[in-house]
Amino acid sequence: MIDNQALDGNAIAGTLAEVFGGDMTTAIGTCGHCGTRGPVAEVVVYRRAPGVVVRCRVCDGLLMVITQVRDVFCVDALGLAELQAPA
Amino acid sequence: MTRITRGFHGRRRPDVDPARVPPGQYVTQDFPVLSAGPTPHGSLDTWSFTIRGQVDQPHTWTFDEFQALPRETVTRDIHCVTKWSKLDTVWTGVSLDTLLDGVETSAEYVTAFSDGGYTTNLPLEDLTGGRAWIAFSYDDEPLHPEHGGPARLLVPHLYFWKSAKWVRGLELQPEDEPGFWEGYGYHNYGDPWREQRYAGD
Amino acid sequence: MLELIEQTARTKSIVFDVPGWGRHRAGQHVDVRLTAEDGYQAQRSYSIASAPEDRHIELTVERIDDGEVSPYLADELLAGDEIELRGPIGGYFAWEEAPGMPVFLVGGGSGIVPLRAMLRHHRATDSAVPVRLLYSARSLDDVIYRDELTAADAGDVRLTLTRRQPAGWTGYGRRVDRELVAEVCWPAPERPLVYVCGPTGFVEAVAGALVSLGHEAARIRTERFGPTGGETP
Repeated sequence: MIDNQALDGNAIAGTLAEVFGGDMTTAIGTCGHCGTRGPVAEVVVYRRAPGVVVRCRVCDGLLMVITQVRDVFCVDALGLAELQAPA
Repeated sequence: MTRITRGFHGRRRPDVDPARVPPGQYVTQDFPVLSAGPTPHGSLDTWSFTIRGQVDQPHTWTFDEFQALPRETVTRDIHCVTKWSKLDTVWTGVSLDTLLDGVETSAEYVTAFSDGGYTTNLPLEDLTGGRAWIAFSYDDEPLHPEHGGPARLLVPHLYFWKSAKWVRGLELQPEDEPGFWEGYGYHNYGDPWREQRYAGD
Repeated sequence: MLELIEQTARTKSIVFDVPGWGRHRAGQHVDVRLTAEDGYQAQRSYSIASAPEDRHIELTVERIDDGEVSPYLADELLAGDEIELRGPIGGYFAWEEAPGMPVFLVGGGSGIVPLRAMLRHHRATDSAVPVRLLYSARSLDDVIYRDELTAADAGDVRLTLTRRQPAGWTGYGRRVDRELVAEVCWPAPERPLVYVCGPTGFVEAVAGALVSLGHEAARIRTERFGPTGGETP
């Protein structure tokens, strides 16, 4: 069930570009929980939390947590089995 | 290079007593919804609250049993690490003093756990002495699922991420273990008056 | 900032001259960052409403009453002021001329903004690709870019007004559901490229309808706005 609170990967395109050094919305991610593959733009994003929580659109599994601690971004991509950078 | 934006002051409310607002916070009138995952929509028939871990024996209450416990209505200010504070919020729930009464433990730490997998850690001491509740009502209404209903932990003297939404129980532990946000660089204790936002603050 | 244009009671377009701006793609957004004198910063994302061919960068801002950035942009910002824009950002919800398949744009509320950039880009490049817009708003007064979208040369634009329709209204008057999508969109075998933008619930409903009508998920591109537009209080 998708919350009205939840946005998608487009909403964190700027943060991801800052962290990865380029646009990541067209990168293809694979969920480590259920194996779903899809563009980063289509993941579920909870941004109204202390940090950014990224979840799989199919299984709700946790894909990434991004926090900004004193101007330094910390990215934990614990739930991503694979992330293919855009060609 | 950062340049000042002319005429931009962020959120300021001159009509609020500054002594009630911790450093770096602003006062909001509405109640922002913060979530790290989808809102669970479980049935009250299967809801329960459990105290387990380093205890003589686990204690579990069904929703009906929970509702039959003595309740308190309290008015408190709440402070979110995302910098909003909300004053004079009114909650009804069961005091943790009531729930922990009769629980034998030598644990000093607690991990609160929730539907959806969220956890947060606190010293057991901070849940006692009339400072923490399991709240099931906000503003005289049943607690809305968006705000953590059917029940959430309420620990208003710490940043609000410690007040776990959709709480289902407490794990009493001899050692302190970081919860969800604490494991991602947020402060282990989270006192808003000492502005303990991040580890090391 | 060059100019502020009132669009509806709640939305304004803000036109910027951005020195050194690289060309953006229609559908991309920028991050707006405001800095107070004490160093406090607030940042929000806004879709770019102008086409890459337009001379200036235009953002359209919905004023959220208890918001922090949108009231500043809508009420405080004056011509001549400078603010910090970062971008263009995002490569997924962007459209560039590609020969062949038709393009179907579906917008809800302020979700029209990036789609308007695509429409302008389509026109500026004299594109031969068929483009159709379905735009859902509460009432005619809530239609952003109303004059432009209802002009004789607007192209293939269909409006649906979900709450209130003026007397004699000949457009649609209901929510964008499966039947409306089936009626307005090209059939799935024609493989239209679809862009859907709006509040989360709107996007979920439209994308679900498209998939149930046989459209390939990979040809449906979505962008979700928060429940109150680009800003959270």
